[in-house]
Amino acid sequence: MLSRLKISSAKANAMKLLIALIVFGTSLSALGQVQSQFYDKPDLDRSLVRSGTDFLTESTRQMQKDSFGNPGLLWVDQGKALFEDDTSTVSCDSCHEDRLTGVFAKYPKHDVELNKLTNIEGQINQCRTQHQALQPLKYESTTLLSLTAYIASQSRGMPYSVTVDGGVKEYFDRGREYFFTRRGQLNLACTQCHDDNWGRMLRGDRVSQGHSNAYPAYRLEWQTMGSLHRRIADCDVGVRAAPFASGSPEYLELELYLAWRSANLPIESPGVRR
Amino acid sequence: MTIRISAPSSANRGDVIELKAMIQHDMESGYRRDQYGRPITRDILKYFECHYNGEIVFRAELFPGIAANPFLSFYTTATESGTLLFRWIDQNGQTWEEQALLEVT
Repeated sequence: MLSRLKISSAKANAMKLLIALIVFGTSLSALGQVQSQFYDKPDLDRSLVRSGTDFLTESTRQMQKDSFGNPGLLWVDQGKALFEDDTSTVSCDSCHEDRLTGVFAKYPKHDVELNKLTNIEGQINQCRTQHQALQPLKYESTTLLSLTAYIASQSRGMPYSVTVDGGVKEYFDRGREYFFTRRGQLNLACTQCHDDNWGRMLRGDRVSQGHSNAYPAYRLEWQTMGSLHRRIADCDVGVRAAPFASGSPEYLELELYLAWRSANLPIESPGVRR
Repeated sequence: MTIRISAPSSANRGDVIELKAMIQHDMESGYRRDQYGRPITRDILKYFECHYNGEIVFRAELFPGIAANPFLSFYTTATESGTLLFRWIDQNGQTWEEQALLEVT
Protein backbone atom coordinates (compact mmCIF):
# COMPACT_ATOMS: atom_id res chain seq x y z
CA MET A 1 0.00 0.00 0.00
CA LEU A 2 2.79 2.31 1.03
CA SER A 3 4.81 1.58 -2.12
CA ARG A 4 1.77 2.13 -4.32
CA LEU A 5 1.27 5.48 -2.70
CA LYS A 6 4.89 6.36 -3.29
CA ILE A 7 4.64 5.41 -6.93
CA SER A 8 1.52 7.46 -7.43
CA SER A 9 3.11 10.49 -5.75
CA ALA A 10 6.16 10.08 -7.96
CA LYS A 11 3.85 9.96 -10.98
CA ALA A 12 2.10 13.06 -9.73
CA ASN A 13 5.42 14.84 -9.36
CA ALA A 14 6.43 13.90 -12.88
CA MET A 15 3.08 15.18 -14.09
CA LYS A 16 3.55 18.47 -12.24
CA LEU A 17 7.00 18.90 -13.79
CA LEU A 18 5.58 18.21 -17.23
CA ILE A 19 2.81 20.77 -16.71
CA ALA A 20 5.34 23.27 -15.40
CA LEU A 21 7.49 22.72 -18.48
CA ILE A 22 4.54 23.19 -20.80
CA VAL A 23 3.48 26.37 -19.01
CA PHE A 24 7.04 27.65 -19.03
CA GLY A 25 7.42 26.82 -22.70
CA THR A 26 4.18 28.58 -23.57
CA SER A 27 5.14 31.70 -21.69
CA LEU A 28 8.56 31.65 -23.36
CA SER A 29 7.02 31.44 -26.78
CA ALA A 30 4.59 34.22 -25.81
CA LEU A 31 7.53 36.39 -24.84
CA GLY A 32 9.31 35.42 -28.02
CA GLN A 33 6.51 36.57 -30.24
CA VAL A 34 7.35 39.94 -31.64
CA GLN A 35 3.86 41.27 -31.51
CA SER A 36 5.04 44.43 -29.80
CA GLN A 37 5.19 47.90 -31.29
CA PHE A 38 2.14 46.71 -33.02
CA TYR A 39 0.30 50.01 -32.77
CA ASP A 40 3.38 51.85 -33.78
CA LYS A 41 3.73 50.66 -37.32
CA PRO A 42 2.72 53.07 -40.07
CA ASP A 43 1.06 50.20 -41.97
CA LEU A 44 -0.83 49.04 -38.89
CA ASP A 45 -4.14 47.36 -39.52
CA ARG A 46 -6.34 49.84 -37.66
CA SER A 47 -9.14 47.31 -37.26
CA LEU A 48 -7.01 45.69 -34.56
CA VAL A 49 -7.17 48.80 -32.38
CA ARG A 50 -9.78 48.22 -29.70
CA SER A 51 -11.13 50.64 -27.14
CA GLY A 52 -10.87 49.82 -23.44
CA THR A 53 -14.67 49.47 -23.52
CA ASP A 54 -14.24 46.11 -25.27
CA PHE A 55 -12.36 44.74 -22.27
CA LEU A 56 -14.97 45.69 -19.66
CA THR A 57 -17.67 43.50 -18.20
CA GLU A 58 -21.12 43.91 -19.73
CA SER A 59 -22.52 45.76 -16.71
CA THR A 60 -19.73 48.35 -16.73
CA ARG A 61 -20.18 48.81 -20.47
CA GLN A 62 -23.91 49.42 -19.95
CA MET A 63 -23.12 51.95 -17.22
CA GLN A 64 -20.97 53.92 -19.64
CA LYS A 65 -23.60 53.75 -22.38
CA ASP A 66 -26.45 54.89 -20.12
CA SER A 67 -27.23 58.46 -21.16
CA PHE A 68 -28.69 59.19 -17.74
CA GLY A 69 -26.96 56.82 -15.34
CA ASN A 70 -23.32 57.24 -16.41
CA PRO A 71 -21.96 58.74 -13.18
CA GLY A 72 -19.38 60.75 -15.14
CA LEU A 73 -22.24 62.90 -16.39
CA LEU A 74 -22.50 64.45 -12.91
CA TRP A 75 -19.12 66.03 -13.58
CA VAL A 76 -20.10 66.97 -17.13
CA ASP A 77 -23.23 68.72 -15.80
CA GLN A 78 -21.17 70.57 -13.24
CA GLY A 79 -18.61 71.47 -15.90
CA LYS A 80 -21.32 72.90 -18.13
CA ALA A 81 -22.54 75.11 -15.26
CA LEU A 82 -18.97 76.29 -14.60
CA PHE A 83 -18.46 76.95 -18.30
CA GLU A 84 -21.46 79.32 -18.25
CA ASP A 85 -20.72 80.82 -14.83
CA ASP A 86 -20.18 84.58 -15.11
CA THR A 87 -20.75 85.56 -11.46
CA SER A 88 -17.19 86.60 -10.64
CA THR A 89 -15.62 87.03 -14.07
CA VAL A 90 -16.21 86.68 -17.79
CA SER A 91 -17.60 83.20 -18.50
CA CYS A 92 -15.91 80.60 -20.73
CA ASP A 93 -18.80 80.53 -23.18
CA SER A 94 -18.67 84.30 -23.73
CA CYS A 95 -15.48 83.69 -25.75
CA HIS A 96 -16.03 80.07 -26.75
CA GLU A 97 -19.46 80.33 -28.29
CA ASP A 98 -18.93 77.04 -30.10
CA ARG A 99 -18.55 75.39 -26.68
CA LEU A 100 -15.18 74.05 -27.81
CA THR A 101 -16.71 71.34 -29.96
CA GLY A 102 -13.95 69.06 -31.26
CA VAL A 103 -11.21 70.97 -29.45
CA PHE A 104 -10.40 68.22 -26.94
CA ALA A 105 -9.39 65.93 -29.83
CA LYS A 106 -6.53 68.28 -30.81
CA TYR A 107 -4.81 68.22 -27.41
CA PRO A 108 -2.13 67.94 -26.09
CA LYS A 109 -0.46 70.46 -28.35
CA HIS A 110 2.47 72.82 -28.28
CA ASP A 111 1.59 76.15 -26.71
CA VAL A 112 3.50 78.87 -28.50
CA GLU A 113 3.18 81.48 -25.73
CA LEU A 114 4.26 79.17 -22.95
CA ASN A 115 6.64 77.31 -25.24
CA LYS A 116 5.66 73.95 -23.83
CA LEU A 117 3.36 71.02 -24.39
CA THR A 118 -0.12 71.73 -22.99
CA ASN A 119 -3.16 69.56 -22.49
CA ILE A 120 -6.75 70.69 -21.90
CA GLU A 121 -6.18 71.00 -18.15
CA GLY A 122 -3.21 73.28 -18.79
CA GLN A 123 -5.18 75.26 -21.35
CA ILE A 124 -8.07 75.78 -18.90
CA ASN A 125 -5.65 77.11 -16.29
CA GLN A 126 -4.00 79.37 -18.81
CA CYS A 127 -7.38 80.83 -19.79
CA ARG A 128 -8.21 81.35 -16.13
CA THR A 129 -5.05 83.24 -15.32
CA GLN A 130 -4.76 85.20 -18.59
CA HIS A 131 -8.35 86.03 -19.48
CA GLN A 132 -10.48 85.48 -16.40
CA ALA A 133 -8.20 86.83 -13.66
CA LEU A 134 -8.76 83.65 -11.67
CA GLN A 135 -6.40 81.36 -9.79
CA PRO A 136 -5.26 78.24 -11.65
CA LEU A 137 -7.01 75.06 -10.54
CA LYS A 138 -5.28 72.10 -8.95
CA TYR A 139 -5.01 68.87 -10.85
CA GLU A 140 -7.67 66.34 -9.72
CA SER A 141 -9.75 69.10 -8.12
CA THR A 142 -13.48 68.65 -8.73
CA THR A 143 -13.64 71.98 -10.57
CA LEU A 144 -10.84 71.18 -13.01
CA LEU A 145 -12.14 67.64 -13.58
CA SER A 146 -15.63 68.96 -14.25
CA LEU A 147 -14.46 71.56 -16.78
CA THR A 148 -12.20 69.01 -18.47
CA ALA A 149 -14.99 66.41 -18.55
CA TYR A 150 -17.40 68.92 -20.08
CA ILE A 151 -14.92 70.00 -22.77
CA ALA A 152 -14.03 66.36 -23.47
CA SER A 153 -17.70 65.45 -23.78
CA GLN A 154 -17.99 68.15 -26.46
CA SER A 155 -15.70 65.96 -28.61
CA ARG A 156 -17.48 62.70 -27.85
CA GLY A 157 -17.50 60.38 -30.85
CA MET A 158 -14.71 62.22 -32.67
CA PRO A 159 -11.27 60.65 -33.17
CA TYR A 160 -8.12 62.29 -31.83
CA SER A 161 -6.38 64.53 -34.32
CA VAL A 162 -3.16 65.53 -32.58
CA THR A 163 -0.14 66.87 -34.41
CA VAL A 164 3.02 64.86 -33.77
CA ASP A 165 5.51 66.36 -36.21
CA GLY A 166 7.28 69.69 -36.49
CA GLY A 167 7.96 71.33 -33.14
CA VAL A 168 6.03 68.63 -31.30
CA LYS A 169 8.21 65.77 -32.54
CA GLU A 170 10.61 65.88 -29.61
CA TYR A 171 7.76 65.66 -27.09
CA PHE A 172 6.22 62.82 -29.05
CA ASP A 173 9.49 60.90 -29.19
CA ARG A 174 9.98 61.24 -25.46
CA GLY A 175 6.40 60.10 -24.82
CA ARG A 176 6.97 57.09 -27.01
CA GLU A 177 10.20 56.35 -25.19
CA TYR A 178 8.30 56.42 -21.88
CA PHE A 179 5.93 53.81 -23.22
CA PHE A 180 8.76 51.48 -24.20
CA THR A 181 10.97 52.01 -21.13
CA ARG A 182 11.01 49.39 -18.37
CA ARG A 183 10.51 50.91 -14.95
CA GLY A 184 9.80 50.06 -11.32
CA GLN A 185 10.71 47.05 -9.19
CA LEU A 186 8.74 44.83 -11.55
CA ASN A 187 10.84 46.23 -14.39
CA LEU A 188 7.98 46.45 -16.84
CA ALA A 189 7.29 48.83 -19.70
CA CYS A 190 3.79 49.91 -20.75
CA THR A 191 4.25 48.04 -24.02
CA GLN A 192 4.71 44.68 -22.32
CA CYS A 193 1.14 44.65 -21.01
CA HIS A 194 -0.66 46.88 -23.50
CA ASP A 195 0.95 45.72 -26.76
CA ASP A 196 2.11 42.18 -25.98
CA ASN A 197 -0.50 40.88 -23.57
CA TRP A 198 -3.76 42.70 -24.11
CA GLY A 199 -6.84 40.53 -23.82
CA ARG A 200 -5.21 38.31 -21.19
CA MET A 201 -6.16 38.25 -17.54
CA LEU A 202 -4.18 40.24 -14.99
CA ARG A 203 -5.59 39.07 -11.67
CA GLY A 204 -9.31 39.77 -11.93
CA ASP A 205 -9.06 42.15 -14.83
CA ARG A 206 -8.59 41.86 -18.56
CA VAL A 207 -5.59 43.80 -19.87
CA SER A 208 -6.67 46.50 -22.32
CA GLN A 209 -4.67 48.01 -25.13
CA GLY A 210 -4.04 51.05 -22.97
CA HIS A 211 -5.87 53.68 -24.99
CA SER A 212 -6.66 57.05 -23.48
CA ASN A 213 -9.93 57.81 -25.26
CA ALA A 214 -12.21 57.37 -22.20
CA TYR A 215 -10.44 59.88 -19.96
CA PRO A 216 -11.28 61.81 -17.87
CA ALA A 217 -13.25 58.77 -16.76
CA TYR A 218 -15.27 57.53 -13.82
CA ARG A 219 -13.37 54.62 -12.32
CA LEU A 220 -15.28 52.23 -10.08
CA GLU A 221 -12.09 51.62 -8.08
CA TRP A 222 -11.82 55.36 -7.36
CA GLN A 223 -15.57 55.81 -6.91
CA THR A 224 -15.06 59.15 -8.61
CA MET A 225 -13.93 60.90 -11.74
CA GLY A 226 -10.20 61.04 -12.47
CA SER A 227 -7.80 62.37 -15.07
CA LEU A 228 -5.68 60.37 -17.47
CA HIS A 229 -2.60 61.34 -15.48
CA ARG A 230 -4.05 59.83 -12.32
CA ARG A 231 -4.71 56.63 -14.27
CA ILE A 232 -1.14 56.55 -15.62
CA ALA A 233 0.19 57.10 -12.09
CA ASP A 234 -1.83 54.05 -10.99
CA CYS A 235 -0.10 51.95 -13.67
CA ASP A 236 3.28 53.26 -12.54
CA VAL A 237 2.48 52.37 -8.93
CA GLY A 238 1.29 48.97 -10.21
CA VAL A 239 4.77 48.17 -11.51
CA ARG A 240 6.18 49.69 -8.30
CA ALA A 241 7.72 52.71 -9.93
CA ALA A 242 7.59 56.14 -8.32
CA PRO A 243 4.83 57.95 -10.21
CA PHE A 244 5.28 61.43 -11.65
CA ALA A 245 2.99 64.26 -10.60
CA SER A 246 -0.19 64.90 -12.54
CA GLY A 247 0.53 67.54 -15.16
CA SER A 248 4.25 66.72 -15.21
CA PRO A 249 6.10 67.00 -18.55
CA GLU A 250 6.65 63.21 -18.56
CA TYR A 251 2.93 62.46 -18.38
CA LEU A 252 2.09 65.21 -20.86
CA GLU A 253 4.45 63.66 -23.37
CA LEU A 254 3.00 60.22 -22.73
CA GLU A 255 -0.49 61.68 -23.12
CA LEU A 256 0.50 62.95 -26.55
CA TYR A 257 1.86 59.55 -27.57
CA LEU A 258 -1.28 57.81 -26.30
CA ALA A 259 -3.55 60.25 -28.12
CA TRP A 260 -1.68 59.50 -31.34
CA ARG A 261 -1.66 55.77 -30.64
CA SER A 262 -5.44 55.55 -30.30
CA ALA A 263 -5.95 57.86 -33.25
CA ASN A 264 -8.92 56.20 -34.94
CA LEU A 265 -10.87 55.45 -31.79
CA PRO A 266 -13.76 57.78 -30.94
CA ILE A 267 -13.40 59.84 -27.78
CA GLU A 268 -15.67 58.28 -25.14
CA SER A 269 -15.23 60.66 -22.21
CA PRO A 270 -16.85 60.46 -19.72
CA GLY A 271 -15.95 56.79 -19.81
CA VAL A 272 -16.62 54.27 -17.08
CA ARG A 273 -13.75 51.98 -16.18
CA ARG A 274 -13.12 49.34 -13.57
CA MET B 1 -23.59 68.85 -5.18
CA THR B 2 -24.73 68.03 -8.69
CA ILE B 3 -28.09 66.32 -9.09
CA ARG B 4 -29.47 64.53 -12.13
CA ILE B 5 -33.20 63.84 -12.40
CA SER B 6 -35.04 61.95 -15.09
CA ALA B 7 -38.82 62.40 -15.04
CA PRO B 8 -41.36 62.73 -17.87
CA SER B 9 -42.76 66.24 -18.31
CA SER B 10 -46.18 64.89 -19.23
CA ALA B 11 -48.15 61.66 -18.82
CA ASN B 12 -51.66 60.30 -19.20
CA ARG B 13 -53.71 59.85 -16.03
CA GLY B 14 -53.10 56.37 -14.65
CA ASP B 15 -49.79 55.87 -16.46
CA VAL B 16 -46.98 54.23 -14.52
CA ILE B 17 -44.00 56.57 -14.86
CA GLU B 18 -40.34 55.83 -14.22
CA LEU B 19 -38.36 58.33 -12.14
CA LYS B 20 -34.58 58.35 -11.82
CA ALA B 21 -32.45 60.34 -9.41
CA MET B 22 -28.69 60.54 -9.04
CA ILE B 23 -26.65 62.78 -6.74
CA GLN B 24 -22.93 63.50 -6.54
CA HIS B 25 -21.86 62.34 -3.08
CA ASP B 26 -18.77 60.54 -1.74
CA MET B 27 -20.77 58.22 0.57
CA GLU B 28 -17.65 57.91 2.71
CA SER B 29 -18.25 54.73 4.69
CA GLY B 30 -16.19 55.59 7.77
CA TYR B 31 -14.33 52.28 7.47
CA ARG B 32 -11.50 53.52 5.30
CA ARG B 33 -8.19 55.01 6.31
CA ASP B 34 -6.13 57.71 4.61
CA GLN B 35 -2.54 57.35 3.44
CA TYR B 36 -1.27 58.09 6.97
CA GLY B 37 -3.47 55.41 8.55
CA ARG B 38 -5.93 57.84 10.11
CA PRO B 39 -9.61 56.85 9.92
CA ILE B 40 -11.64 58.87 7.41
CA THR B 41 -14.79 60.21 9.10
CA ARG B 42 -18.06 58.75 7.93
CA ASP B 43 -20.04 61.07 5.65
CA ILE B 44 -23.09 59.52 4.08
CA LEU B 45 -26.55 60.39 2.85
CA LYS B 46 -29.06 58.81 5.18
CA TYR B 47 -32.45 59.26 3.51
CA PHE B 48 -33.97 59.86 0.12
CA GLU B 49 -37.58 60.92 -0.41
CA CYS B 50 -39.71 61.61 -3.44
CA HIS B 51 -42.77 63.79 -2.81
CA TYR B 52 -45.56 63.95 -5.39
CA ASN B 53 -47.64 67.05 -4.64
CA GLY B 54 -46.56 66.84 -1.01
CA GLU B 55 -47.21 63.14 -0.59
CA ILE B 56 -44.29 60.73 -0.20
CA VAL B 57 -44.45 58.18 -3.01
CA PHE B 58 -40.97 56.68 -2.55
CA ARG B 59 -38.53 56.67 0.32
CA ALA B 60 -35.19 54.98 0.88
CA GLU B 61 -32.79 54.65 3.78
CA LEU B 62 -29.13 54.60 2.75
CA PHE B 63 -26.26 52.86 4.54
CA PRO B 64 -22.44 53.03 4.53
CA GLY B 65 -22.24 50.06 2.16
CA ILE B 66 -23.87 52.00 -0.67
CA ALA B 67 -21.52 53.18 -3.42
CA ALA B 68 -20.64 56.81 -4.08
CA ASN B 69 -23.02 58.91 -6.20
CA PRO B 70 -26.11 56.82 -5.45
CA PHE B 71 -28.47 56.27 -8.37
CA LEU B 72 -32.08 55.37 -7.58
CA SER B 73 -34.74 54.39 -10.07
CA PHE B 74 -38.38 53.81 -9.16
CA TYR B 75 -41.97 54.06 -10.39
CA THR B 76 -45.16 55.88 -9.48
CA THR B 77 -48.60 56.34 -10.99
CA ALA B 78 -49.44 59.66 -12.62
CA THR B 79 -52.59 60.87 -10.87
CA GLU B 80 -52.68 64.65 -11.24
CA SER B 81 -50.57 67.53 -12.55
CA GLY B 82 -48.10 68.90 -10.08
CA THR B 83 -44.62 68.86 -8.67
CA LEU B 84 -42.25 66.01 -8.03
CA LEU B 85 -39.80 66.88 -5.29
CA PHE B 86 -36.65 64.84 -4.80
CA ARG B 87 -34.90 65.26 -1.47
CA TRP B 88 -31.72 63.82 0.00
CA ILE B 89 -30.92 64.11 3.70
CA ASP B 90 -27.43 63.39 5.00
CA GLN B 91 -26.34 62.06 8.40
CA ASN B 92 -26.18 65.59 9.83
CA GLY B 93 -29.61 66.60 8.59
CA GLN B 94 -28.39 68.71 5.69
CA THR B 95 -30.71 68.47 2.70
CA TRP B 96 -30.48 68.83 -1.07
CA GLU B 97 -33.54 69.16 -3.27
CA GLU B 98 -34.54 69.20 -6.90
CA GLN B 99 -37.98 69.59 -8.46
CA ALA B 100 -39.63 68.45 -11.65
CA LEU B 101 -42.98 69.50 -13.07
CA LEU B 102 -45.38 66.86 -14.31
CA GLU B 103 -48.41 67.58 -16.46
CA VAL B 104 -51.11 64.91 -16.37
CA THR B 105 -53.78 64.87 -19.08
